[in-house]
Amino acid sequence: MEYTVKQLEEKANEIRQDIIKMLLAAKSGHSAGPLGMADVFTALYFGGILHYDARNPQMPLRDRFVLSCGHICPVWYAALAHAGFFPTSELASLRKLGTRLHGHPHNEVLPGGENSSGPLGQGLSQAVGMAYAGLKLKKEPWRVYCVMSDGEQEEGQIWEAAMFAGKNKLRNLTGLIDRNNIQIDGYTEDVMPLEPFKQKWEAFGWHVLEVDGHNMREIIDACNEAKAIYEKPTMIICHTIPGKGVDFMEYRYEWHGVPPNDEQAKKALEELRTLGGKIRSEHE
Amino acid sequence: MPIKLVDNLFGSDIKQEPIRKGYGEGLVILAKENDKIVGLCCDLTESTKMGEFAKAFPERFIEVGVAEQNLAGLGAGLAHEGFIPFITSYATFSPGRNWDQIRVSICYSGNNVKIIGSHAGISVGPDGATHQAMEDIAITRVLPRMTVLVPADAIEARKATIAAGKMNGPVYIRLAREKTPQFTIEETPFEIGKAFVFREGKDVTIAAAGPQVYYALQAANELAKEGIECEVINIVSVKPIDEQTITTSVKKTGCLVSAEEHQVQGGVGSAVAEVLTRNFPVPQEFVGMPDHFGESGEPNELIAKWKMDSKGIIEAVKKVISRK
Repeated sequence: MEYTVKQLEEKANEIRQDIIKMLLAAKSGHSAGPLGMADVFTALYFGGILHYDARNPQMPLRDRFVLSCGHICPVWYAALAHAGFFPTSELASLRKLGTRLHGHPHNEVLPGGENSSGPLGQGLSQAVGMAYAGLKLKKEPWRVYCVMSDGEQEEGQIWEAAMFAGKNKLRNLTGLIDRNNIQIDGYTEDVMPLEPFKQKWEAFGWHVLEVDGHNMREIIDACNEAKAIYEKPTMIICHTIPGKGVDFMEYRYEWHGVPPNDEQAKKALEELRTLGGKIRSEHE
Repeated sequence: MPIKLVDNLFGSDIKQEPIRKGYGEGLVILAKENDKIVGLCCDLTESTKMGEFAKAFPERFIEVGVAEQNLAGLGAGLAHEGFIPFITSYATFSPGRNWDQIRVSICYSGNNVKIIGSHAGISVGPDGATHQAMEDIAITRVLPRMTVLVPADAIEARKATIAAGKMNGPVYIRLAREKTPQFTIEETPFEIGKAFVFREGKDVTIAAAGPQVYYALQAANELAKEGIECEVINIVSVKPIDEQTITTSVKKTGCLVSAEEHQVQGGVGSAVAEVLTRNFPVPQEFVGMPDHFGESGEPNELIAKWKMDSKGIIEAVKKVISRK
């Protein structure tokens, strides 16, 4: 089905609620990043960007989706469950013994997962390898999408992969960076400045776009623009608010790597339900 | 039935070839048979003997530049798409520098990537300690799912390359730079997971890998003149290791010397010691690097100084026999 912007926003709101519930049940995990990226994941999986078949996750001509910053996996798991790769009831198994939803993603058990990640900086190289295989060796039409965090850009491997993708003009590759400006020890520009960020990627031979990472239309338009860029890979810098949708988590790096407790989760879910109501009324 | 080796085993005219040469030959043979074989290299195409492959299959040769972390990740991505990548560099850089990528992107993710580490061991010589991989066996054999092969000469390196390309799963193949005796022949058996007895004896077992297999045979030849009969086993498959062949041998000989161009911690000697401890503990002496870095020098000078040649093995044999 095709989703309207309103329906996408509602879907993102549901995903945010699931993230809170998952983290509460798991009693550990990351809050800020997953909430901040709920809109981007919704746009990718429900906004007509990613080409996939949840009933046939290994469909040969599917688009490849690589999550490089494995720690934001709650948002990925929720998106995959809502997309039908596995039941949403399974989300409660996050991080528990016997789960398919490990603390950091493991491709061999995760339906719809192409790669394992956790140690930062490894995803882009794998995405580049897939893109090279698709474009140069198999000559097939599918695309590769790679989601990264901004803190992860401090890893040298990212720039090794960036250089290679630029040299080989991997036009079938779209990267998306969660530019939320936080990492574990503080704000990225205090820990290790990334700016001028756009220019860095341009200097490595990429077409670079910047979007409001909470604006469905902008995210979808940028992903579609990337498909039309013929001579370069495209990087979409998604400006997001960490903890988006939950007032006491927004913008706070302290929420990078911790889950809400019972009381905080209750409050977060109340806020998100109110927000959901607003989305419905705004568009009516 | 005894294993067949070259006729002029101890002749001064024995052919000398670098072990890495066998890799280059094996890769071309594999690529002719299977169009999924791809070769990746980090700015070391000629010295890792990939030149012929690159020329014959330019569309399947990928120059990565000096970027070993990306090398491992690209290999994982290509394997994910059904290709069989041979990622190639010097062993100090791959698996040395990119161990985390090999661990997560390759082994944990189940990607069928072959990791080729050339210029391993102290026989790298004049380039010095930075370029002499002495830890690579330890860091690869500890990884779940990894197969670790240490060929003893160029012919065995060719066989190992072809066997690696035909099996599913990550494989590390360790290669050496310097020319060493080519003492095995086409008929010499090779199989992943198997160790073969290259010389039978009753007094001591020498379990060797890489160029040290030839030195072990030399040592056995010398010791025979003194009435000491050495059984020499080629541990080309360090992982999986052939527990049965090693155990059967030490039950007969009652002691063992391990020999390798690697730190004694965590290498072939350690792998063999684990087998002995599990099955039939006997005294063991370790020929290898004694927790020390290498240095510049000519390969033969370094091998002699650090007692990894036949003389060093003879010394270790006498010591271990005295401990029986």
